Amino acid sequence: MNIHEYQAKELFDRFGVPSPKGKVAATPKEAYDAAKWLAVKNLVVKAQVHAGGRGKGVFKSGFKGGVHLVDSPEAAREAAASMLGEVLVTKQTGEAGRLVRKVMVTESVSISRELYLAILMDRQSCQPVIIISTEGGMDIEEVAEKSPEKILREHVNPLAGLQAYQVRKLCQNLGLDTTARQFGRLLHALYKLFTDCDCSMVEINPVVITTDDHVYALDAKFNFDDNALYRHPDISAMRDKDEEDPREVAASMYDLNYIGLDGNIACLVNGAGLAMATMDIIKHHGGDPANFLDVGGGASKEQVRAAFKIILGDPNVKGVFINIFGGIMDCNVVAEGVVSAARETGLSLPLVVRLEGNNVDAGKATLAASGLNIVSAGDMDDGARKIVAAVA
Amino acid sequence: MSILIDKYTKVLVQGITGSFGARHTRLSIEYGTRIVGGVTPGKGGQKFDDAVPIFDTVSAAMRETGATATAIFVPPAFAADAILEAADAGVSIIVCITEGIPVMDMMRVKAMLADSKSRLIGPNCPGLVTPGYDEKSHGGCRIGIAPGYIHKRGNVGVVSRSGTLTYEAVWQLTQLGYGQSTCVGIGGDPINGTSHLDVLKLFNEDPETEAIIMIGEIGGTAEVEAARWAKEHCRKPIAGFIAGATAPAGRRMGHAGAIVGGKEDTAQAKKKILAECGIAIAETPSVMAKTLLERWGK
Repeated sequence: MNIHEYQAKELFDRFGVPSPKGKVAATPKEAYDAAKWLAVKNLVVKAQVHAGGRGKGVFKSGFKGGVHLVDSPEAAREAAASMLGEVLVTKQTGEAGRLVRKVMVTESVSISRELYLAILMDRQSCQPVIIISTEGGMDIEEVAEKSPEKILREHVNPLAGLQAYQVRKLCQNLGLDTTARQFGRLLHALYKLFTDCDCSMVEINPVVITTDDHVYALDAKFNFDDNALYRHPDISAMRDKDEEDPREVAASMYDLNYIGLDGNIACLVNGAGLAMATMDIIKHHGGDPANFLDVGGGASKEQVRAAFKIILGDPNVKGVFINIFGGIMDCNVVAEGVVSAARETGLSLPLVVRLEGNNVDAGKATLAASGLNIVSAGDMDDGARKIVAAVA
Repeated sequence: MSILIDKYTKVLVQGITGSFGARHTRLSIEYGTRIVGGVTPGKGGQKFDDAVPIFDTVSAAMRETGATATAIFVPPAFAADAILEAADAGVSIIVCITEGIPVMDMMRVKAMLADSKSRLIGPNCPGLVTPGYDEKSHGGCRIGIAPGYIHKRGNVGVVSRSGTLTYEAVWQLTQLGYGQSTCVGIGGDPINGTSHLDVLKLFNEDPETEAIIMIGEIGGTAEVEAARWAKEHCRKPIAGFIAGATAPAGRRMGHAGAIVGGKEDTAQAKKKILAECGIAIAETPSVMAKTLLERWGK
């Protein structure tokens, strides 16, 4: 799950990670009031969407830039008016862009140095790792490729937590002097936030050191471990469904794992590994999968029906491939779910079904007796070929 | 021989009274597995299906039954505790089926188990099967949720992160007439107890295992580490498959661990390294067994 920048600031404030003063605004009037409240000359107005590249983005209205420097409450109001209710297109949003519903108004700081700072789970060592680059503001992958020596890494023993000596070492290697204590406090606070909130990644790009020797987290990107959200109702409440694919939102209501893609062959599969492999085999035979969908190992008839409706809700879909290896799952349950959903939706698209495993004969009989136009497949290779041919 | 478990292995079930745990306990017993006890705090002294004694704690269950393995079916919020309890009680093989355990919990469990004699398999895995010789491979040991009847006793070791892809490979082998020594599902989470490499080493030392199928996914570097070791040390033919060639970067594909983060954890990069290490790559998931048999010279 991702959150907005203004929500990240709420978490920063709660954990004591210093960031520039600011407020979120949903109307131009609120932006004006926020600027008045800040009572500083130099201000920034930033569009709140879950996508990077806002500064260089362009609104569909023609207004340029999702991040604007302004110098008065009136100008803040004007910038907010140009952004709110408009669709911002950045390199990360795709052509569709994102509707801006909120902006954040913050004080603008004068920067003397920028750093990149991230904490994430390192799978290899099974420990959190702190990553700092002296090239703040730049894309970390690019830095890693071109000048790996500029990246510092510090692993943290999860049982002991972040130690003071580790912070001193990092500060020394960064050449921090007068600001070392402030940076250290930020790092300790951020590590606590990372573990307490079950983050899988928190990235601050950049951390800035101002000309008057203050250290601030300027922009932040959070990723939370979905498996841990049950114990963080406050963070779950930050979820903004408007920023997500509506099909994925619908799928999550039925505990289905769904990810929308650009192709035209819808897939309905049990098990994440088999679901990925099904997409792969469709592609292998020259087709293009429209989605990843794992209905899980113990799906009910209702879940299968909901899944079927969600994949058919995608207007690009030209055919459906159902690939089930019912180890324990009853193939007949899947068959009944499919038949009832196909009837309900008046399915006219080609449908290829591969059923294997537990109670497979009853499942095949249910499909055959339905009178629906269903092509059955002997194995997944056969099924993939048939569906690719059917939509071609 | 087989690895990790055989038909004599005495097995506990933590969470035996939950609907999921109960259902699979019955299937395991039917398969021939020696389920010697269950653990559900507060239900000690009762019996599961009038046959299997239930204990309040794992240590009491160990004392009374002499079990050496446990299957964990408890909900995600209590799973870390269940794993640590089993390790504390000295269970050798801890198989955690539970899906959805917070990564932070697993990170601490992993650190706590660093000096433990217990081996953790999973979490978020289908478990282990050492097939038996009877009809539908009954008479073996099944710990977890894999369908027993798709197996056949034989000489191929199977290791995989994904449950359904394991079943796919096992079924392909069985239909072609080749059985399995042991099938190990190591789980789809980013942090797990036993890696592909750990299992390859065990298969390499097992006299009954003559060939190996290794199934991986996008995300992480576990398959690559296993392949690099195999290139130098493994004496047996290996076929591999990596799922997720079509997965978009940065999206979690069902499994918490199946996410492309960098250049090296894409399916293409992994397949390339596996092939360079002498592993026969199955181009599609429907030819995993066939690819192995070709490499194996069968």
